[in-house]
Amino acid sequence: MAIEINPVPSVQLSKVADSEKHGENSPYFAGWKAYDEDPYNEMTNPSGVIQMGLAENQVSFDMLEDYLEKHPEASIWGKGAPGFKENALFQDYHGLLSFRKAMASFMEQIRGGRARFDPERVVLTAGATAANELLTFILADPGDALLVPTPYYPGFDRDLRWRTGVRIVPIHCNSSNNFQITPQALEAAYENAESMNLRVRGVLITNPSNPLGATVQRAVLEEILGFVTRKNIHLISDEIYSGSVFSSSEFVSVAEILESRDYKECERVHIVYSLSKDLGLPGFRVGTIYSYNDKVVTTARRMSSFTLISSQTQHLLASMLSNKEFTSRYIETNRARLKKRYDMIIQGLKRAGIKCLRGNAGLFCWMNLSPLLQKPDREGELDLWKTMLHELKLNISPGSSCHCSEPGWFRVCFANMSEQTLEVALARIHNYMDQRKR
Amino acid sequence: MTRTPFFRARLPDPDEDSRAAVTTSSGAGGGWGTAMRVIVPLQGVVQGRGGLVLGSLIPCALCYFLQLYLKRHRSGPARTPPPSPSSSADHLSEVTGAVLQRSSSRAHLSPRGSGGPAHVSSRAALILRGGDSPYFVGLKRVEEDPYDAVANPNGIIQLGLAENKLCLDLVCEWLVANGNKAMLGDEASISRIATYKPLDGLMELKMAVTDFMSQATERSVSFDPSQIVLTTGSTAAIETLSFCIADGGNAFLVPTPYYPGFDRDIKWRSGVEIIPVPCRSSDNFALSINALDRAFYQAKKRGVKVRGIIISNPSNPVGTVLSRETLYSLIDFVTEKNIHLICNEIFAGSTQGAEEFVSVAEIVDSEDCDRTRVHIVYGLSKDLCLTGFNVGVIYSLNENVVAAAKKLSRFSSVSTPTQRLLISMLSDARFTQNFIRVNRERLRKMYVEFVAGLKKLGIECTKGNGGFSCWADMSGLIRSYNEKGEIELWDKLLNMGKINVTPGSSCQCIEPGWFRFCFATLSENDVPVVMERIRNVSETCKSRS
Repeated sequence: MAIEINPVPSVQLSKVADSEKHGENSPYFAGWKAYDEDPYNEMTNPSGVIQMGLAENQVSFDMLEDYLEKHPEASIWGKGAPGFKENALFQDYHGLLSFRKAMASFMEQIRGGRARFDPERVVLTAGATAANELLTFILADPGDALLVPTPYYPGFDRDLRWRTGVRIVPIHCNSSNNFQITPQALEAAYENAESMNLRVRGVLITNPSNPLGATVQRAVLEEILGFVTRKNIHLISDEIYSGSVFSSSEFVSVAEILESRDYKECERVHIVYSLSKDLGLPGFRVGTIYSYNDKVVTTARRMSSFTLISSQTQHLLASMLSNKEFTSRYIETNRARLKKRYDMIIQGLKRAGIKCLRGNAGLFCWMNLSPLLQKPDREGELDLWKTMLHELKLNISPGSSCHCSEPGWFRVCFANMSEQTLEVALARIHNYMDQRKR
Repeated sequence: MTRTPFFRARLPDPDEDSRAAVTTSSGAGGGWGTAMRVIVPLQGVVQGRGGLVLGSLIPCALCYFLQLYLKRHRSGPARTPPPSPSSSADHLSEVTGAVLQRSSSRAHLSPRGSGGPAHVSSRAALILRGGDSPYFVGLKRVEEDPYDAVANPNGIIQLGLAENKLCLDLVCEWLVANGNKAMLGDEASISRIATYKPLDGLMELKMAVTDFMSQATERSVSFDPSQIVLTTGSTAAIETLSFCIADGGNAFLVPTPYYPGFDRDIKWRSGVEIIPVPCRSSDNFALSINALDRAFYQAKKRGVKVRGIIISNPSNPVGTVLSRETLYSLIDFVTEKNIHLICNEIFAGSTQGAEEFVSVAEIVDSEDCDRTRVHIVYGLSKDLCLTGFNVGVIYSLNENVVAAAKKLSRFSSVSTPTQRLLISMLSDARFTQNFIRVNRERLRKMYVEFVAGLKKLGIECTKGNGGFSCWADMSGLIRSYNEKGEIELWDKLLNMGKINVTPGSSCQCIEPGWFRFCFATLSENDVPVVMERIRNVSETCKSRS
């Protein structure tokens, strides 16, 4: 007699869990997989894939190590753990005051003292990823929209949309004016959202821009501020690369503009920062929201209970970032080294006949390979990307994953490797270009 | 013209709105214009009598007071946040100085932007509007006026926070001896801790954590490290799990009384509702499958989809542990209804009673049941006294849940240096074994002492076995047998008795008069002080009836 076995109905998961919005199936992430399987190593695997798709800053580690060595009191157990009890029990989402002060001061230094930051407005999160998501939760309801200029960091698709249910409507930028945001593009994006019956809640810009590697000009910032004021919406300025501008004078933070206007209309402006890029400490998971809006600060602070930074990490960094002698030296040296890398890669690419967008910041350059495309469209770009990945063994990020409206642009990271490795990568490109000519 | 910095003030919490707002001149706004219309004519009058100086000073002083008055009664969102109490003195002199210099720029007189302030989301509005429950109000009060035996003996004693200070000395000792090396390693190499690492936690830490969890549950079950996702605290762990297994508008069944934080952790962002399932003192607040069934059915009738049950074992606030039989019944129930079971076992290592603690993992291990629907939340804050380090654990045998939780962990990822430190600490078997043992002893001792103290005052507690609190029946002391009476007593205890306890209503307890006393933040010397204060309050209550 046959025995019937009824399968136990498998228990259902949520829509969030089942959704594809985590975006981990895009080429941006697929390239990483190829790298994981065959990573370049100078000694053991010289023909492996060189990771040029990860915006990590490794050029200034030595300075951090030097500091930690010279200042053992930075970790709280250096001198018999004087502040330990309060530290360990510190579960408050306000964060250590000393750390917030240090962050505010560091942010001021990066902007050359042209803007001031109040520690009471600093809200701590575990990384800028969490900061951007948190702000989105606070400023927009599910189904609302944020306007984001293209090309933009691929992670935004996930960070801003996944759990929040908020939509991204692109502000299209193109190479005719170096991908700068224009008033027409802003209006067009707003109208586009309206035509889709989406309520626009804010504009999110990255300054300096990822993937462009360039700062947003003062006039454009003022234009954007005017736009968000007229529409009565918010402005989020992700300034995560602000310390990686090659020359201090070229970066204008929205904070400076607000200060110079006596903070008029500032309640709609919020700045996101993190130590992952400028200090090269992504593993520390340190992010912050700086808002000029009291309600947003209060709400963000409470919501930060889901994304706390351990008090031990706060203490360690507080000591380091309050040391102004160290931070000013670090900022200056880091800038110079990044600039050197940037020059190196631009020259190298130029020699190979490849042009890049003129950049002045960040850990990457925005490379124009459109002349090489078989077909001047997204498919052609992806084909070229695959060639770069599988033939040249270079993982670079295709512009389409950044929603760039023009095919053929690629983001190439240069700060997450040694100079030797960068030379190897450039050599590979050189050879490839030579071969193509023949 | 001096420009007073916009930001030099502390931010308001909604509870501070009632405090007078003293602002800098940059917030003068419309009041300034009105003031001028009064002052200028006055100036003329006074100048005639009292000379130029008096003629200027008096109107300016009047103006200053007028400005103060207007600020106090101004409606609408304040442009400049009110200062904190300690710095208000600074502000007074600042304002006077600014007034005398008449430094207000024209810009502040013009109307603020178009159409009022930009919108915040309904989620945010909820948080801002939400009348803070006594749970949060009490915590805040202690923050402002914390008891210290020497420095502030009249301060408020904290009995409303389920934290453990009893074994800090052990942790401290270990950290002083091993901390630096553990974090940075021998070579002080920053790249070990600086670069991007798997966002759901280092495998070494997961292994160390599963080992510790095993120890905490007295080795009755072994946990698989690959089924773990680490988060920044168990608050994040619960929220992440909510996002994985339920959609906005769905609901979880949660037996009451429950941890006050759940209302925030679960509802805020995921939009998942909590349906409280009442438990009663008549059976020691034991979990009733019948009650769960009724609640499930009622929800269904209302068209609300229940996605799971959340239980805490050991329970907070009651402190009881679930028996094997109850756990079996629970698993049968969720299987039958095809829903999830989340077990918050954050106090697993902090049991101090005679009854054995059984982790749901043990049941799932042994029985031939559907493992895919059971998920455990754990953390290092309670069992290891490491609240500030913020490390939470999601443990699930459902591959899809683990995969989804891993992807979500990018929003709540633990700091690498902290992880390195903890790997070292948790791998020190001598330390962990000793710690668990000593911790249990000290908790037990404190629990016994505290419960005995309350008993002397005529206050009975439920028989607990785990956690940092006792669940006390103070219904005999409340004037009216309802929530109002309970809050009155809570208020008395806070403001008169100067002790912060958690009223049962904050835990959604349906029987009024129950209070949670967290005793693990006390030192031995504090206990008599606490008892004395309770006695004083209870005396006034009794003298009324």
